[in-house]
Amino acid sequence: MHELGVVFYVIKDVKKVAEENNIKKVESVTVEIGEVSGVVHSMLKDCWDWAKKKEPVTEDTELKIETIEAVTFCEDCEKDYPTVKYGKKCPHCGSEHTFLKTGNEFMIKEIGVKDEDN
Amino acid sequence: MKIIELKQDIFKENEVTADGVRAELKDAGKFMVNVMSSPGSGKTTTLLKTIELLKGDVRCAVMECDIDASVDAERIAEGGGKSIQLHTGGMCHMDAAMTKQGLMEMGYDDVDLIFIENVGNLVCPAEFDTGAHMNMTILSVPEGDDKPAKYPLVYEVSEVVLINKIDAKAVFDFDDELVVKRIHACNPNAKVFFVSAKTGEGFDEWIDFLKNRMS
Repeated sequence: MHELGVVFYVIKDVKKVAEENNIKKVESVTVEIGEVSGVVHSMLKDCWDWAKKKEPVTEDTELKIETIEAVTFCEDCEKDYPTVKYGKKCPHCGSEHTFLKTGNEFMIKEIGVKDEDN
Repeated sequence: MKIIELKQDIFKENEVTADGVRAELKDAGKFMVNVMSSPGSGKTTTLLKTIELLKGDVRCAVMECDIDASVDAERIAEGGGKSIQLHTGGMCHMDAAMTKQGLMEMGYDDVDLIFIENVGNLVCPAEFDTGAHMNMTILSVPEGDDKPAKYPLVYEVSEVVLINKIDAKAVFDFDDELVVKRIHACNPNAKVFFVSAKTGEGFDEWIDFLKNRMS
């Protein structure tokens, strides 16, 4: 997967927000990652720790990862079910007319800043 | 510690850039196709054949995206297409910003149709909008008919799938019906063409489709 590419996007966005808010150092960045987005958390952390040093604003920033559960919706019986356990086939009625409701996200939820930096 | 809430989609900026690229090309009357596949499926050979068959009607350019080397761009130039080699700097896919930069470097005033030959990879390129008007995937017979089952996303986002190297079918167990079924399970509207870039078999339908889609 492309953890490194994603990390560069995050750093770019964080840098922009920091500039807009006149922040010199970002303490933490919290990202929300869908369970089936294909991003490997340990690799994301490794990439983060390497790439963050390239920008003064993120050089000491801790990356926090929160997971969004993957939920699939069945169009035939109109019920939800957990994607990771059952995949594309609905466990309630056996239909394959299903689509992913949540679980593919990659969001920057929030950034944390030390009070004296504001 | 103070918290600033963002709730910002990481792919958002790429999507905005991609929409911008798409609109700019459309205004200029150009059409761009993003070509994805595994390494070795015959992307360059297929594009060379396509360029050859469009000669006289449609002027083509290819942006070759690889991690390294420039062998593909040289082949396209020899085959009469305009080309530029882009190095992704170790990245596993193209994004819209890289496309934009490539288009600027190459220039596209003298062409009608631009192909992005994405990095050979069935996973990452599918996640990033390049700004193309059409996505296509090439699947070659030796890779097997189970690829759409293993890598569904790239087929989900592809409007066209070319099954290449059909001239090699005699030596591989490849089920035509099953592969179409598997592709349609990912994307019911995908157009599937069976071709051989080596012999030219099946190209007429693909070229007709492409010309219609451009107009």
